Amino acid sequence: MTAEVITLSSGKGGVGKTTAVANIAVALAAEGVKVVCIDGDIGLRNLDVVLGLENRIVYDIVDVIEGRCKLRQAMIRDKHLPELHLIPAAQTRDKTAVSPSDMVRICNELRPDHDFVLIDSPAGIERGFRNAIAPADRVFIVTNPEVSAVRDADRVIGILEAEDKRGPSLIINRLNLTLVKQNDMLSAEDVLDLLGIPLIGIVPEDQSVIVSSNHGTPVAQDPRSRAGQAFRDIAKRIRGEEVPFLGADKQAGLWDRLQKMTGRR
Amino acid sequence: MGWFGKHRSGLRAKERLQLVLIHDRTDLTPEELNALKDEILEVIARHVDFESDAVQIAVEHDGRSQRLVADIPLRSVTRRRAE
Repeated sequence: MTAEVITLSSGKGGVGKTTAVANIAVALAAEGVKVVCIDGDIGLRNLDVVLGLENRIVYDIVDVIEGRCKLRQAMIRDKHLPELHLIPAAQTRDKTAVSPSDMVRICNELRPDHDFVLIDSPAGIERGFRNAIAPADRVFIVTNPEVSAVRDADRVIGILEAEDKRGPSLIINRLNLTLVKQNDMLSAEDVLDLLGIPLIGIVPEDQSVIVSSNHGTPVAQDPRSRAGQAFRDIAKRIRGEEVPFLGADKQAGLWDRLQKMTGRR
Repeated sequence: MGWFGKHRSGLRAKERLQLVLIHDRTDLTPEELNALKDEILEVIARHVDFESDAVQIAVEHDGRSQRLVADIPLRSVTRRRAE
């Protein structure tokens, strides 16, 4: 077993990175593969509350780096999914407590015993972002169909191109199909055309995301949620399955056009 | 509301983003781009006659790469002689 390290990044804050990390991790672990997620947002940790694990934290990633505990001791096991672990961020420190080489070392230690390591990158393009992408085998860019989010996504993609990382894939989060039909929102095709990278998922805007984050139970565990379904689909695509994208059954030909644009043919 | 009124805001968003991304990716402001176009035409005018009303110079994008595309229809010599 050699884990694939996947970092989720966006440039802009508030587009749903942490929610996406939590949900993809839950969806992967529910399929029985071993997943660790790392909260890369030192000083502003949040992945713990989205996963509902905030009361179980004893050690964090900075404790590991500074030698106060072993890596195993900082890994919190999920309440429902035994294959899912979280390495929380430190809350009382800042990003300078972690270096890119620390992240590479921690991921290399995790690789032999896991299938996936998911890293939640902080917003911005500074130290915390550099730390988060340093060990990444793949990067997923999370964006919303909205001008400022797409612009920031483009900046991050440009930086990754300069870093010689394997080309990133795109998650379009909070797509509102009603607004798209009214021509009052960028469509998934518009965003793909503008950013020019392959698609890995389209997540519809869905109130159940907020309800489940109130409970600390990611929406991917809710079989009725459309957003949850979209995250489960992303997990399947990560594992190499071909799953049609959202709306493919409603809009004839969309699937074909998306496939063409994403270069899957 | 005009052509891009409130019912077409998605299209407006795409058009605005296309311009912003060209600037972000090339570090070329709209003013610099206009100056560049003027200079290109100035040089070409030294060598050949062209239909200045039909000139099109724009930055186009293809996936993640940008290209400066110029379409400059030249005046034919026979027409120039007839004038």
